[in-house]
Amino acid sequence: MMNMAQARPIAPNSPSQKQKLPAPRRGLHLSPHMVDVAVQVAVVAALAGIWEFGARFGALNPFLLPPLSVVLGRIWEDLIAGTVPVDLGLTLYRALLGFAIGAVIGIPAGILMARSNVVRWFLDPLVSIGFPMPKIAFLPIFILWFDIYDTSKIIMVAFSCFFPIVAATYAGCSSLDKWPIWSARSFGAGERELLWEVYLPMAMPQILTGLQVALPVGMITTIVTEMLMGGRGVGGAMIMAGRFADSVGVFAGIVQIIILGFVVVKSVEMIRRRILIWHPESRR
Amino acid sequence: MSDILAGGRTGPPLAYAIVNTAVRFSPLLLLALGWEFLGLTGLVSQQMLPGLGEIADAFSSMLFGGELLYNTARSISRAAAGLGGAVVVGVLLGLLMAQFRPVRLLFNPIVQIFYPMPKSALIPVVMIWLGLGDSSKILLIFLGCLLPVVVGTYNGARGVNPFLLWSAASLGASRVDVLREVVLRAAMPDILNGCRTALAFSFILMVSSEFVIATDGVGFMISSLGDGGQYPAMFAAIFFVAGIGFAADRLYAMFARRALRWREA
Repeated sequence: MMNMAQARPIAPNSPSQKQKLPAPRRGLHLSPHMVDVAVQVAVVAALAGIWEFGARFGALNPFLLPPLSVVLGRIWEDLIAGTVPVDLGLTLYRALLGFAIGAVIGIPAGILMARSNVVRWFLDPLVSIGFPMPKIAFLPIFILWFDIYDTSKIIMVAFSCFFPIVAATYAGCSSLDKWPIWSARSFGAGERELLWEVYLPMAMPQILTGLQVALPVGMITTIVTEMLMGGRGVGGAMIMAGRFADSVGVFAGIVQIIILGFVVVKSVEMIRRRILIWHPESRR
Repeated sequence: MSDILAGGRTGPPLAYAIVNTAVRFSPLLLLALGWEFLGLTGLVSQQMLPGLGEIADAFSSMLFGGELLYNTARSISRAAAGLGGAVVVGVLLGLLMAQFRPVRLLFNPIVQIFYPMPKSALIPVVMIWLGLGDSSKILLIFLGCLLPVVVGTYNGARGVNPFLLWSAASLGASRVDVLREVVLRAAMPDILNGCRTALAFSFILMVSSEFVIATDGVGFMISSLGDGGQYPAMFAAIFFVAGIGFAADRLYAMFARRALRWREA
């Protein structure tokens, strides 16, 4: 044991060496990076300042762009009144549930397409036609079938999330490297083990990419369905505000949506890094 | 699938291609049969699932009545205006961001903040800014399509092999020359990918903005047919819009393949 521990730093490609190497570099690279971050924070602050004071002192029309402080004040009022959490929660619930249904159906469908000829024959034309078409156009059909409440919204979201997920899963599972599969087989792995231990991990980066494409699509769809059918949610609240020419309300909605979108997308990126921690793409 | 069969055959190519396409798209026929079956046996009411013959009739009367083509032309012209502007501005901005640090520092935070925002949330904003006319929808499509193009171009331009840049510079190319002759071309695959995403977004935003605020266009046509209870016509219009979206993507993919012919492999 002692010998190995001593020998490790000398070995050219040992993991401990790789981890140690960037450490001295980081000191040199820190300051330009800090400058970059500082400048970018300053840009955001300047934009917020232009928004606030431009609107306040009449450079921008306060109806077209109400001052930031007024918008934030409205969000605060609504937060106290309890409408913000309800709207955000409803939007998030519809988007995430639809997305989850799309994923639960789409990922197995993509795997089956890659592994079974019959499923591929049946689904390939449907997916290749469904993937590029504007799914939102089908909304009136779902309204007709499932009425205007949560069911039709969630089904619409699931429908639009399904195609990117199934296409990415299929692409990820059908272009796998043969060697790991053969070696797993030669070690006696059964089909089930092969699926969980080889196919899924190898296709995981592409599946996750599909999920990362689908989630924003799902959020766009959720907002549109809420705008069209009402039933609260951020989209419903915004379109109501728009119809009553309440521009403060519209911008309060936009700020909420920006924060919601940012949080959701960033957390998915974090989850991706966590899941793919073993993958070369996370090693940088 | 189909290419496995194509390998060994040496028959007449056209007939073979027809058979091949027929086999490939036969599941659609199955779906259509299932659709008719559900309607005919009365398992699902005619209201919910109008017969395909009825839908075809409604489609042809809309087509020859001219309303379909008029609304399509209105929609497509708005989408094209927004998308075209987004591609021009987006490619320019992406290249400048990749090439010049001040531009990058200025626009990166803006892109970071607005990229994850669901673009349909802008519908009420453009409604307040520009009213219910064409300009609000063009602005919406422009804003929605801009960021995918910017991000695609930026990633492509940042990933250019530095040897290409160095050799161009050592041959005496100026910075603008390098940008135009090397970076733009090397980034082309990523730019074209970004534009494809933008194309899909333009259709989504076109239809959904016409659902919410419009007086013409295919989205408006679909929703007013639905409100009026003319379901066969509504189904026909929806399938037509889906078909246009599909065709646009296919045409774009063909165009992109042609544009990238110079690439190896």
